[in-house]
Amino acid sequence: MTISPALDARFRDAAAAAELLDVAFDVIDDTPIGPLLVGVTDRGVCRISFDSDPEHHLELLARQFGPRVLRSRRPVDRMRRELDEYFAGQRQRFDVEPDVRFLPAYHQRVLEELARVEYGATTTYGTLAAQTGNPRAARAVGTVMHRNPIPVVLPCHRVVGASGSLTGYAGGLERKELLLRLEGAIL
Amino acid sequence: MIPPFETFYEAHRDEVFRFLGRRLGRERAEDAFQETFLRALRAYPRLEHGDHLRAWVFTIASRIVVDEARRRRPQAALPELAAEDGLPAFEDLAPLTDELPPKERAAVVLRYGYDLDYAEIGAALGSTEQAARQAASAGVRRLRKERP
Repeated sequence: MTISPALDARFRDAAAAAELLDVAFDVIDDTPIGPLLVGVTDRGVCRISFDSDPEHHLELLARQFGPRVLRSRRPVDRMRRELDEYFAGQRQRFDVEPDVRFLPAYHQRVLEELARVEYGATTTYGTLAAQTGNPRAARAVGTVMHRNPIPVVLPCHRVVGASGSLTGYAGGLERKELLLRLEGAIL
Repeated sequence: MIPPFETFYEAHRDEVFRFLGRRLGRERAEDAFQETFLRALRAYPRLEHGDHLRAWVFTIASRIVVDEARRRRPQAALPELAAEDGLPAFEDLAPLTDELPPKERAAVVLRYGYDLDYAEIGAALGSTEQAARQAASAGVRRLRKERP
């Protein structure tokens, strides 16, 4: 005898409603860039990943935010709705706050600067490096982008090489290109 | 290191539900199931390590079964069931078994405090029915020796 999906969902909803979770996560299956794992805390969104296998994320999320990490649909609904709107071309800015409290200070500073890059625009690694204090730290900025825990919402896809080439993306260049096309930044 | 709650929940939800179903019937087991894991979730951040999580969640579930039995069958209303209701609660039994090695203590408490059968205790302790029976009887022998 296994528990029914309804009972399972009921418990997961109740756990979130009682505000007992450190991180609630869910997988959004049908986005133009493939399934996304989305994690949220009481402060906002803490994880978006192109690797949608929860097994690959649970330990790290628990270490960073606390052990009460549970799949639960409802807490993720707001982020899901905003992503749906974004992919439909109906949203240019996310209202859910990024929760980056456990990142090193330098990463937080770079991501804060990154968050100012507007929809439809691009910037370069060197520009971001200069804006965060060290024009020669383009490579370090690249590392911060590569480890960005909340891609799409923190728009690391808007950072390109000095020559305008797409350079790289943790989710693969195809996704980066698709996002930039969606935003009209490239044709 | 405590595992992420998702991992713990996935590992034990079915067997906890089976246990509750046997004790309470399917319908009441559903509420008890939710209550068990909500209680576990509340206590989870205070756990100091991830050992014996299975025994721990079965202890919570057993406690809920006992509470539920008390709630539904007050002794005054149904005196003929008093014996069943008169099982010593964990709090009553725990101080008596303080001195026992952990495994024997768990087996004694689950057997005589919660009236689990040996197969359930074996499952709760992550061992076998046979080992649970041996641990409980070793615990009882030790208690008799220590408290003549």
